[in-house]
Amino acid sequence: MNRASVQSFLYPLLTLASVGLLWIFPDTTILLVPVLGILFAGTLIRLHRWSRWSSMAFVLLIGIPVAGLENSFLFELFIQIGIYAALALGLNIVVGMAGLLDLGYAAFFAIGAYTWAIFGSPQANQFIEGGHFPLPGWPYFYLFMALAVITAALVGVLIGLPALRLRGDYLAIVTLGLGEVVRVLANNLDHPVNITNGPKGISPVERPPVDWILAITDRLGLTLQTNHAVALFFYGLVLVVMLAIVLINRRLDRSRFGRAWVAIREDEIAARSMGIPLLRTKVLAFATGAAFSGVMGAIFSAKQLFVSPESFTLLQSITILAMVILGGMGSIQGALLGAAAVTLLNIEVLKSLSEGLNHLRQTGFVLDLGFIEYNFANLSSQLEPAKYERMIFGLIMVLMMIFRPAGLIPETRHKLELEARRKGKAS
Amino acid sequence: MDGALLEILPSIILEGLLVGSVYAMIALGYTMVYGVLGLINFAHSEVFMIGAVTGVEVFRYLSPHIENPFTLLVVAIVTAGFVSGATAVTIERLAYRPLRRRGYTNRLVPLITAIGISFFLQDLVRLIEGLWHGEFYMNYPSHAELEHTLVLPLDMTLQVKGLITIVVTLLMLAGLWFLVKRTRLGKAIRAVAQDATTASLMGVNPDSIIARTFFIGGFLGGVAGVLFGVLYTQVNPFCGFIPGIKAFTAAVLGGIGSIPGAMIGGVILGQLETLGGFYLPFFTNGAVGTEYKDVFGFVILVLLLLCRPQGIFGKAQKDKV
Repeated sequence: MNRASVQSFLYPLLTLASVGLLWIFPDTTILLVPVLGILFAGTLIRLHRWSRWSSMAFVLLIGIPVAGLENSFLFELFIQIGIYAALALGLNIVVGMAGLLDLGYAAFFAIGAYTWAIFGSPQANQFIEGGHFPLPGWPYFYLFMALAVITAALVGVLIGLPALRLRGDYLAIVTLGLGEVVRVLANNLDHPVNITNGPKGISPVERPPVDWILAITDRLGLTLQTNHAVALFFYGLVLVVMLAIVLINRRLDRSRFGRAWVAIREDEIAARSMGIPLLRTKVLAFATGAAFSGVMGAIFSAKQLFVSPESFTLLQSITILAMVILGGMGSIQGALLGAAAVTLLNIEVLKSLSEGLNHLRQTGFVLDLGFIEYNFANLSSQLEPAKYERMIFGLIMVLMMIFRPAGLIPETRHKLELEARRKGKAS
Repeated sequence: MDGALLEILPSIILEGLLVGSVYAMIALGYTMVYGVLGLINFAHSEVFMIGAVTGVEVFRYLSPHIENPFTLLVVAIVTAGFVSGATAVTIERLAYRPLRRRGYTNRLVPLITAIGISFFLQDLVRLIEGLWHGEFYMNYPSHAELEHTLVLPLDMTLQVKGLITIVVTLLMLAGLWFLVKRTRLGKAIRAVAQDATTASLMGVNPDSIIARTFFIGGFLGGVAGVLFGVLYTQVNPFCGFIPGIKAFTAAVLGGIGSIPGAMIGGVILGQLETLGGFYLPFFTNGAVGTEYKDVFGFVILVLLLLCRPQGIFGKAQKDKV
């Protein structure tokens, strides 16, 4: 038997094992890591088609939902990962493929979120008379998801047209500035006309109805609580949108546009000489990235029920950038891996560390190593790993740039190029 | 415009000059590093912040020993200058130099490194201050002698600390001018900025010149940090961001890479910002107020980059193959 068939045989078994573990211990959140690892392995190693797709479909459609109904934090985690994965994929087009450093990417997320939040809550009554608002979740939420895509893409074009004429480093500063402008506008557009409700934010935002999920599960003889149905719904929605975005990304990567973006990234002047219209191609990259961010913004606002400028800071943009860099600029699997790793780090690992330290502090645990003795009750309350995201993201970015600039999963094009270079040296 | 608004104009111009001189000193750090490396050193805003924080610590620990606030201020300025300069050199050694040695194909690499350092330093200072004092929002202590208000002609008022800011800025700029134009080190810096390879053939070691340029830029940033802290009293690990962006705008305004450009750019930006922040609410009936003050700098930057990216004093560059 060749290697691919052995792998194809083992892969579903490993999948079953990891999902089984998660089912037996659904409250041990960290068991999500092997499951996610299996998903990534499925996209990277050589497998027979049936082995790959059936295993991955099993994890996503049965494995995680069943465990999630036991422990809804798993749903929450996966929804967060999905949202960030879509954002990372969007930014990956701009930064990774086209080589345009965008430091204000969270602005498009904000535009998507506010698009639905303003009209899906009583907020719009402030400036449109008649008390038509909030719009009901069905069918308007789905309509506004599409609208969020269009609005974000349009703003992307509007910002891109002037900004993308600039050289790389200036572009970074200008996008950073424009990102801040969007946040400051969201913060201050509660006067003279109250559009965004300022720093207080907008709440409650309507959610699309989930009666149909309850109806289906009733048919199947399951009784589901409404909050479980809502979690299941958002899990499914995020999954569908994320998969669609992955698919679009894959198609774009190999398309005429994808090749043009990479050409611009590698050498602008050479690309122009080959007849690639620079500005138009760059603006297209910007708008595509913005569109992905916009649709996830709308979903985010409905999921959170609440939108405020606090969610769209520079730190948010940098978080997404750190995901793209960790995974590998220009690589789709890289963006997904980066999103999963950073999100897990952010909302699971660091939080557990903080809680652990807090526990040691409160119980006054004494560490005694013979030569050194330390009482944790003396530990400063400032030392909370969960609050030091900036330090961690900064470190990720610097270390990756110095030691592995192509990321954990380098883009295939780049990898081929590196291998060719190495072979060339050897001969 | 009615008379009252016009009468207050000289005071506002003076205020703009104060802000502008702080921007100018930070802008010099951006512009000098850009000159020798062609890199926007995003981490410079944190070098500035570290200067401001060092100043607070000096005030905190030396106030019981030194009575005279002016001596205290001088000690704080010098210490902050050296600490910030050392920080800048460390950044260069640990992050930028390994990148230069290795060489990179993707031109985003140094830029992303710089942003990473900037974020890392914000939280590092926050962690140190948090562990040391249990909090990281700090205030410069007020001294009656520094806050004393002088009355100038045209109904202008100026606090002593404002006067000190202007004097220190002028001294620093004069010193820098002397250093760059009249010393061997200055000549070497100019040579590396013009062409690092040729300079190295003439017996200049670019690495050591780059490190010294970082030190000088960092020193100026640290001094600006103390002055900023004394003027506005509140300092925290994140206070470098906004002044940093504005100083960068100032550097671009004057033409990035140009030393006199950075000085004049700083002063012009300070004027535009204070004048705009003060008069805009009157012209727009309060719809656009001081809450947009920080956006103002960005808008100027964007407009500037679109219309005249080479700045007021810079020369236009064409990409060559």
